[in-house]
This record gives sequence, structure tokens and C-alpha cells, in this order.
Amino acid sequence: MIAEAKAELKVMTMTVDNQTVNFTEGETIYQVATRRPGKEIPTLCYDDRLEAFGACRLCVVEVEGVRAPVASCTTKATEGMKVTTQSARIEKYRKTLLEMVASENRSIDVDPLSGYASQEFRMLIDHYDARTGRFAGKKSGTSNTSDKNPFILRDYDNCISCYRCVRVCAEQEGDHAINVMNRGFSTQIITEFNRQLRDSQCTFCGQCVQTCPTGALGDAKALRAVEVEGKIEKTRTICPYCGVGCSVDIMTRGQKIVGVQPAMDGPANKGALCIKGQFAFDFVQHEDRLTQPLIKQEDGTFKEVDWDTALDAAADGYRKVLEKYGRHAIYGVASGRAPHEAAYTMQKFIRASFGTNYIDNCSRA
Amino acid sequence: MSNPLIDMQKPDVIFAIGTNMTECHPVAATGIKKALAKGSKLIVADPRRIRLAEIADLYLPIRVGSDVALALAMAHVIVREGLVDLDFVADRTTGAEAFFEHVGRFTPEWASKICEVPAADIETAALWYGKADKGAIYYTLGITEHICGVDNVQSLCNLALMTGHIGREGTGVNPMRGQNNIQGAGDCGAVPANFPGFQPCNDPASVEKFSKAYGRQIDGEKGITKVAALNLCGNGIHAMIINGENTVVSDPDRHHCEHALKSLDHLVVIDIFMTDTAELADIVLPATSWGETDGVQTNTERRVQRLRKAVEPPGEAKPDWWIVSEIGKRLGAHGFEYESAKDVFNELCELSPIYNGLDWDRIDKGEYQWPVPTKDHPGTPILHINEFKNGRGVFKVIGYRDPAEVINDEFPVWLTTGRRLQAYHTRTQTGRSAGIDYLLAEESLEVNPADLEAWGLKDGQTCKISSGSLEIKIKATEISPRGTVFTSFSFADVPVNILTGSGYDPITDTAELKVCPVRLEAIPDV
Repeated sequence: MIAEAKAELKVMTMTVDNQTVNFTEGETIYQVATRRPGKEIPTLCYDDRLEAFGACRLCVVEVEGVRAPVASCTTKATEGMKVTTQSARIEKYRKTLLEMVASENRSIDVDPLSGYASQEFRMLIDHYDARTGRFAGKKSGTSNTSDKNPFILRDYDNCISCYRCVRVCAEQEGDHAINVMNRGFSTQIITEFNRQLRDSQCTFCGQCVQTCPTGALGDAKALRAVEVEGKIEKTRTICPYCGVGCSVDIMTRGQKIVGVQPAMDGPANKGALCIKGQFAFDFVQHEDRLTQPLIKQEDGTFKEVDWDTALDAAADGYRKVLEKYGRHAIYGVASGRAPHEAAYTMQKFIRASFGTNYIDNCSRA
Repeated sequence: MSNPLIDMQKPDVIFAIGTNMTECHPVAATGIKKALAKGSKLIVADPRRIRLAEIADLYLPIRVGSDVALALAMAHVIVREGLVDLDFVADRTTGAEAFFEHVGRFTPEWASKICEVPAADIETAALWYGKADKGAIYYTLGITEHICGVDNVQSLCNLALMTGHIGREGTGVNPMRGQNNIQGAGDCGAVPANFPGFQPCNDPASVEKFSKAYGRQIDGEKGITKVAALNLCGNGIHAMIINGENTVVSDPDRHHCEHALKSLDHLVVIDIFMTDTAELADIVLPATSWGETDGVQTNTERRVQRLRKAVEPPGEAKPDWWIVSEIGKRLGAHGFEYESAKDVFNELCELSPIYNGLDWDRIDKGEYQWPVPTKDHPGTPILHINEFKNGRGVFKVIGYRDPAEVINDEFPVWLTTGRRLQAYHTRTQTGRSAGIDYLLAEESLEVNPADLEAWGLKDGQTCKISSGSLEIKIKATEISPRGTVFTSFSFADVPVNILTGSGYDPITDTAELKVCPVRLEAIPDV
């Protein structure tokens, strides 16, 4: 049966840097070369989740029989094609391109808190040793300093017109909140009627921030922690809000949660998030958190006590009710917000302590 | 959900009813948008002209609480037009004959009067869904928070059964769960009818299994629901333990709820904040939060995933499982000697057939959707592929019922409630997150502009909602249809649950939070 399936699938071959690889109809050179032989091809406008766009031209490769280098992200692989991903000519071309792109930006180095992809540009510049200042002159993109939203920094001085933000908003989110005005050096990412993001279709999901390769769109909330000392650590977990279960990385510096980034390989979200998962994390380290067990006094106020005192009093209260009213006078309510271990021990607590099924959770409200 | 989230991109026809997905499950909604971009058709039935309605190919602005009538009429058309999947019905279901005969009476014209949408649109919805190769139903609390919540769900199941739109890729009956681990709370047996893994409390073998595992005899009958328990407070129920739930704000009828909790002899609340509910407790115990706790949660597609600790908790806060276990130990209960969340989860896996194939290490990457009965099982992304859990899919003969309370001369306006994108539940978390206020600082009552004019009210004005004494600012919007107004239950200064939920579904005890007749009165500007 597997053999039959293989026969139906039209398998074709091409060579990538003299290595023969199989591919199926519809795959681009970039997909074949980076996925199977695992070649590294530089890109700036590419996001695996989006339609290839062919804007940055960094992914150019040599194709035998074709005079000019071709963009591998938008060119379909064909039978017998011979591709070279690295050559002196290609590398020089890429470096020159990067030098030119760099010349249009205010800065190459942006804080990694800016966003998931924010270091892509800097890393390529360094890889190709392209901080030469060989080109100078006109800049493109103008930062928007009037938008007072607390989530998305709109630092377009560092925009390279890769359109990843525009495309992720349209293709991934289906919101079409941002667009492009003008062309060439005058290219500017804007919202409809050039309004503030709050007054556009923007839902503040943060996807534009996370796909931006230069930090031109930055995570304004995370950037509050620029001055916090320590290496940025990432901890993979699941968003605490709705039932979709998006995978996220909590970003910490020392013991401080400084931000959240989407997990591009999250099984339920594939890199997508919404405003709550992306930006509503600081309840965790809020000053209102309960930090000490509390027992209510006669006058109705709470008094801080140690754990043993609180737990003894908690157990004592149940013991008294048990003696006075019996097993069926005690009820447990588990949380739909806490982890399994909380719900499991809560139901076990009721069943093992009192032998009843007087247990529920908050799903009926 | 019967099907995985990825399937949202695959149906030919999507029928979304009672789900404001772009606000409540925004990431899931991107799947629907992608399906539409590929050419799928979207039918939306919802009283409010929500964003999903805007992008729908067919929008049915049905009256609040009229879902059963819509489903009956769609079933009528599907039978009449010969769109029933006869093979599926014969091989996989039971009760079809009685159901098909039943729906004979319920024409689109009949439903049109109840749902207040054109009969032709009901007909079109039925034809699209009935003719689809892959038709998928998505719903949320707009379906369940009614006195007829179970009827609503079963009506949707009937549609899926008669068309064979279940047990295949891109089909199914798919409820979107609202809380991160509400599915998990059920999986873990924190319900009055089931032990962990949905093993019934009235099944003698299960009772014996858990009595043995937990070291004491457990009742062989179901417990009561939380709603019933709240009704009995002070009169049968005298102590409670509540974990991570702001009951008095999120549950219906706040006054009743407060009174109930106050009449207890003993109330312990375990939470991360001093909520309105915690204020009523005798003892408040500080729990660790998300980001501070290792653990597991299950999402709406039954995917079992790992939560990981990133930072230390504040002060003396401890994991919920530790707190509950310590109280259990002090009461002499057996089996609470856990050293880690891993110990707890692995015990759950051993006792729950749908988790038997899982353990702490195996779920590291979140690849598995339950049931996972054995260690070599790949998980079950799609339920009901070759057979239903109980053998055959059962058609239910269901009739339409009015909501518990309907509009009248004194209360002529329908109030419905829900959530907003930027706020979560009672805002104990989003309300404490910097920046959210920039987008959503206060609650408002959404009213159709034409209604405002007819009722002598103005946009931005504060009005009183009666019965009750709720004051709220009016926001004119076309999202609300004529005669129906909307607000969320998220803001403490507008505790809309004071008004809602006087009726309950007789089977699940779920409150009718989605329908409440009210009267709006202008409050003169001072």
C-alpha cells in the first residue's frame, strides 16, 4: 500500500550544491534546500507561516542555465534543476544588499526584548560582516511617536520594508489592520487612514512585533525591562487564559517576568497569540498577590499566620462540620484555571477525606 | 472538541453558533479566517452582529435563546431535500426514524417566527451544511448557558449525525472551552458525576476501584452540583473549600451567592488574589500562580500539555496540590504524600483509562490528544471515527422551549452577556496587567442606535438596568440588534450577574446567563 502511495505521488529530483534530493511538485527551491539538505539560506522577508514574498532578494541562489541569480523563496523547484546556494558571486551580492539595507536604517542593534525575530537583521549583518558604512544617504521609514499604545512600539526608522508585519496581519490573523503607503524610499507602514493602532482593526495580538526582523515594531511592554539586569531566559509553557492552549515562552531576567513570546512550534497555535496571551502577564508579579496564609479574626479582618497554623485551622473546621453535620455537609470546588494537579488533589481530597462525590468545578458558570 | 484545532482550516462549510470566537478564542478564530481564504463557506448564527458575523457568507441574527428552533428547522430541510447521509445513519446511529418524523412539523417558516430571521436564510443554512462534503459545527457558551443548554447541544449533534458530519477530518461538533484548564478539571474528576477519566460515580466497578485507591469507601451515587450546593448552604452544606474561582462575581445571582457563602460554618479559599469570594472566607491560603507552577493542562482539543515554572512564587505562596494535600493529611486521609506535581499527574494517569498511555515525561512536547489508552498509542485527534463511545449515535427528539424569562411590557428588552477580547472573566488577572486599561477601561452597555432614539436614550449616557439597580454607560453600536442589549461580566462595578441566571438547565445546572429581560431607564445628568 505504501508502494502504491509512493507511485501516485510524483517524486522528482534536483541537485542542491551537488547533492541529489527528492522533492514534490509545488515546493520552492528555498523549501527544498533548507528542509532536506538543511542548507542555510539567508532571508529577511521570509516567515515560514506566510506566503513567500520575494522582497528582500537575500535568498538568491544560482541555477544552472539561468544567467541572473534567482530568488529561491518564490521560484518553484523543477525536475533536474541544479542549484548552488553558496558561491563567491552570491555571497558578494548578499553582502552588498545587506550594506544597502543597513544604510537606510537608524540602527542595526536592537534589544532582544523587542521581539522573537528582532535579531535576524543584526545577525545577518554580522555574519556577512556588512557594517562597512559603504553606502550612506537617504533613509527610509519614519517612526510614529504619536501612537501612545502601551504594547506596540512603531519605530519605523528601522523598517526595511519586508512587509512581514503587513502579511502576518492579513494572512495569519485575517485582520488587515496595517498596510503600506508609497514606494521606494518613501515606503511607510501605516494603518488605514494613518490612524493610531487603537482606532484601526488592530487587536494587539502582537504578531507583527514578533515577526519583525529589525525591531522596527517592538514589544513595548517587554522593552520596559531594558534596564533590568540579567540574561534573558525563556521558559516554555502554555498560556493561562482561554481553552485554545497556545504555547508561549515566558521571558525572565533573574526572577522578573519581563515578557511573553509565542512558540513558533506550539502544537495548538503555531506561533499565533492574542492580546491576553501576549501582553496580559503582569498579574503574576503584581503587588496584590497573596503572600501569606490568612485567618479571619472576630472583627472580620484577616491576620497573617504561618502555614502550620492555617492548615491546622483549615482541617479543624472541616472536622467540626463533619462531626456536627456529617460527610455530606462539606463541598469542594476545583478550579478550571489551575493545573490538573490542583483539580486532581481537590477531588481526591473530597473523596478520600469524606467518601462523597460532593465536588465540582467552575464550568457551570 | 471532537476534532483538532487544525481541522478548522479544512471544512467546506463551517456553522458557528453562539460563539464570539474572535474575542473569546482569537487564535482559534484565525483558523476559520484561513478556511475562508481557501474558499470555505461560513454560516454564523448569533444574536449580535459580531466580527465573525461580518466575515460570514450567511449571517442569521437569531433571537437570544432560539437556537433549538433554528436547528429543528435545519433538520427539517435536510430531511425534506434528501440530504440525509443514509449510510451513516443506518450504520452508526439509532433513533433516526422518530427524529425524522418529529422534525416534519418544524418548517423554516415556523422557526422564522421564533428566531426572527427569514425562512429563506434558514433554508440556505440547512442546504449548505447538508450538502457539504465536510461540515463542521463550532459553538461556545452562547449554546450552553441557557435553560435548554443540553437541548441546544443535542440539537447540534442531531444535525451532525443526520449528515454524517462527524468522525472525519474537517467535521465534528466542536465546543470551544473558555478556560485554560476547564477541560482538565473534568478530566481529573472534579465533577459530581465522574471519577477521574469520566468513570461514572454510580458504576460499581469504578466505585470499588477508587475506594481501593483512596483507602476508604466512597459513595456509589453521584454528588450534587455546585449550583445545588450553593442553594443548600446553611441548610445541609456547612463547609466548603474553593480553589481559584471568584464565585460571587462569576456565578449567577451575586446576592444569593454571597448569602450562601456567608451562611457556611467554615470556608477555605485557595487563590492568588484577595478576590470578593476570598473576602468571605474564614481562611485564605496563598497559591502559586501561572509562571510559578509546574503542572499540566488540557486544551479544548483534548491536548495534554505541560506548564512550567519560570520564577519563584512571592512570599509563602504554595502550589494548590500541596495545600490541598496538607489539609487532607491533617484529616487522616490516605495517599497525599506527594513530593512533586509529577507524582500527582502520574497517579492520575494510572487511574484514568483515557490517560493510561501518558505520563509526565511523555507529555513533554504536548503531542498527545486523549484518549491515549496505552503507551504505544499515538493519541486521538479525531473522536468517533469508527464508532461512538457508547456504540451508536443517538438522535434525541427535542422540542423548542422559551427561555426561563421572556420579554414583556414591564421588561421589554433582551439582555445578553459575554466576554470581551481585552478582559478575562472577572479581571483579577487582565485588570492587573499594565496597558489593558488603555484599550478597555470601563464597561458599557451596547445598544442599537435606532433603539436609543426610540427609547429616548443617548450614546455615552448612564442608564439604569432594571430589575436590579445596575448603572452603566451606554454605547451605541450596530453590533447589538434592535431590541437586544449586551454587556460583559468582567467589571466589578457592573456586576451584571446580579440580573442574570434565574433559570437553570435541568440536567447540567448551568445557569441561563445569556438571556434576561430588562428595562432601561435614563438617569438624569446631574
